[in-house]
Amino acid sequence: MNSTRKFGDPILAVNNISLSFGGVKALTDISFDILQGEIRAIIGPNGAGKSSMLNVINGFYQPQEGEVWFDGKLRGPLRPYEIARQGIARTFQNIALFKGMSTLDNLMTGRITKMHANMFWQALWKGKAENEELEHRERVEHIIDFLEIQAIRKTPVGRLPYGLQKRVELGRALAAESKLLLLDEPMAGMNLEEKQDMCRFILEVNDQFGTTIALIEHDMSVVMDIADRVVVLDYGKKIGDGYPDEVRNDKDVIDAYLGVAHD
Amino acid sequence: MFYRESGDFKTSYAADQQTFPIRFDRIVIALVLVFAFAVVPFFINDYWEKSILLPFLVWSLAALGLNILTGYCGQVSLGTGGFMAVGAYACYKLTTGFPDLNIIFVILLSGGITALVGIVFGLPSLRIKGFYLAVATLASQFFLVWLFNKVPWFYNYSASGQISMPERTLFGTAVTGSAATPWATYLFSLLFVVVFAFIARNLTRGRLGRSWMAIRDMDIAAEIIGVPPLQAKLSAFAVSSFYIGLSGALFFGVYLGAVEPTEAFGIDKSFLVLFMIIIGGLGSIFGSFVGAAFMTLLPVLFKNIMVGGFGWPTDMVQHFIFMLVGGLIMFFLIVEPHGLAQLWRVTKEKLRLWPFPH
Ligand SMILES: Nc1ncnc2c1ncn2[C@@H]1O[C@H](COP(=O)(O)OP(=O)(O)OP(=O)(O)O)[C@@H](O)[C@H]1O
Ligand SMILES: [Mg+2]
Repeated sequence: MNSTRKFGDPILAVNNISLSFGGVKALTDISFDILQGEIRAIIGPNGAGKSSMLNVINGFYQPQEGEVWFDGKLRGPLRPYEIARQGIARTFQNIALFKGMSTLDNLMTGRITKMHANMFWQALWKGKAENEELEHRERVEHIIDFLEIQAIRKTPVGRLPYGLQKRVELGRALAAESKLLLLDEPMAGMNLEEKQDMCRFILEVNDQFGTTIALIEHDMSVVMDIADRVVVLDYGKKIGDGYPDEVRNDKDVIDAYLGVAHD
Repeated sequence: MFYRESGDFKTSYAADQQTFPIRFDRIVIALVLVFAFAVVPFFINDYWEKSILLPFLVWSLAALGLNILTGYCGQVSLGTGGFMAVGAYACYKLTTGFPDLNIIFVILLSGGITALVGIVFGLPSLRIKGFYLAVATLASQFFLVWLFNKVPWFYNYSASGQISMPERTLFGTAVTGSAATPWATYLFSLLFVVVFAFIARNLTRGRLGRSWMAIRDMDIAAEIIGVPPLQAKLSAFAVSSFYIGLSGALFFGVYLGAVEPTEAFGIDKSFLVLFMIIIGGLGSIFGSFVGAAFMTLLPVLFKNIMVGGFGWPTDMVQHFIFMLVGGLIMFFLIVEPHGLAQLWRVTKEKLRLWPFPH
């Protein structure tokens, strides 16, 4: 992607985030922002702290220091489900689907923050509950069409092959219609064709719905192709931040990837 | 060949989302309901009522309740007996305290009170899981039974420590007490079971049910995508306990008529219901019924065949049943955690394609 695309204000900004587990410093003084509408890649070697960063953004980890600004507001200490309600959705590095449920139900669960019918109407499957189920079913069917997973709509996801599970997980995150979508290695373990499909889906989501995306990815060619800007982490520190071309030619980044000894 | 899904195309999402999307299922269920409501009452006698139909109905409700908690929400509970006792004592206190209160409301309120108690005993589930939660619910089982033995207020200071259900009528017909006829107690219980089975079906396939299953399948991911764990778990405890409370109230009020807590609501009842849902199928409404039918009918059937037919001693048959049930539990836990309901589902899938499986 080129640097001529225009973006809005930052939808998310993390300032001076530090996170440690006992003695292990997973993140040290990290700051960066994500602009409205952009695809922001987070890269770095194994154990660099990329997943931890996403976990901080969606509230699963509480950083010891630093602040998170989302949608123009400083965020207090919220539970992950409250943050989901504010409009942050994600996929996981190790697939975290609801294995006993069908594809359809997994996607419907992705919309849970948008459903409100009370238990009484749900028990009767009438009135508000029925309308709500129908309305959301229609939205979910759009996503099913978009991801080309019509044939596995009613299949329990535990029975699906890995590549399809990854796709369903993306679908579940898309179903949330979030403002910010966090994708943790959505293409890991995929073959070339599956990767191309996944890239296409990510670009289309970004393009059609204007969804802002933060993406962790190890495949450099993918990152260079689809990311607008890139943050590079190494040993929990930020060692690079900028357009893909800048990052690619940065000496620190090259060293980190080639494994030059730290002194 | 008989079971057909093909050719039954859905042209709208509404049609695909009805309670029973497959036409064949709808017809079978309609026939079963007509038979149960319009035919059985004319032929029911004391034996069928007391040995087969009432226990089946009462245990079906309990199995539905536990299946919501354990099968759908993944929270193991060994407190079923204790929660049934809450339903029974709530029913007793309500109907003796307010003799004019309609018996339907008495039973429903008993469920409601049990739901509240269930929420309280469900609180530990927010912190602990699996085996530890099972032990915590086991504690609630013993505590509740102890409580109903210990505090005379619960049994209205009766000398025997028992509670017995007075006669209550619905539309002028006795449905509890010794004057109640088999068809009346049967229809009264059947009504609750049918209504609440439909409600269970609706709850489990909508938003609430999805949030329960999400917690069951992967609680951390569930919270991260927006399922509030507190609400999901406590609602499962509440709904589950409501059903078990109904079951306890019917067990005491309609089926037995008089109970003593240690014997009627002991730990063996908790296990009985757990076995029902394991054998019938975890996470399946249909499976709850299959499991309840299996566990109530099996002993009756074996007794009739082996004691009545072969003249074997009763205690030997009893042990034989224990062994059989034990073996089946192991089989289902290891081979088919979704129980008989899943075996039936697989058969249906095969039937759907029959006679051309490829
Ligand atoms: N819950 C946790 N408890 C203890 N240590 C943790 C925890 N989560 C992460 N860490 C540590 O934090 C560091 C960063 O881990 P993280 O998973 O964020 O890396 P990553 O960049 O996503 O790596 P990968 O490319 O392998 O996914 C690692 O040293 C890891 O061991
Ligand atoms: Mg990671």
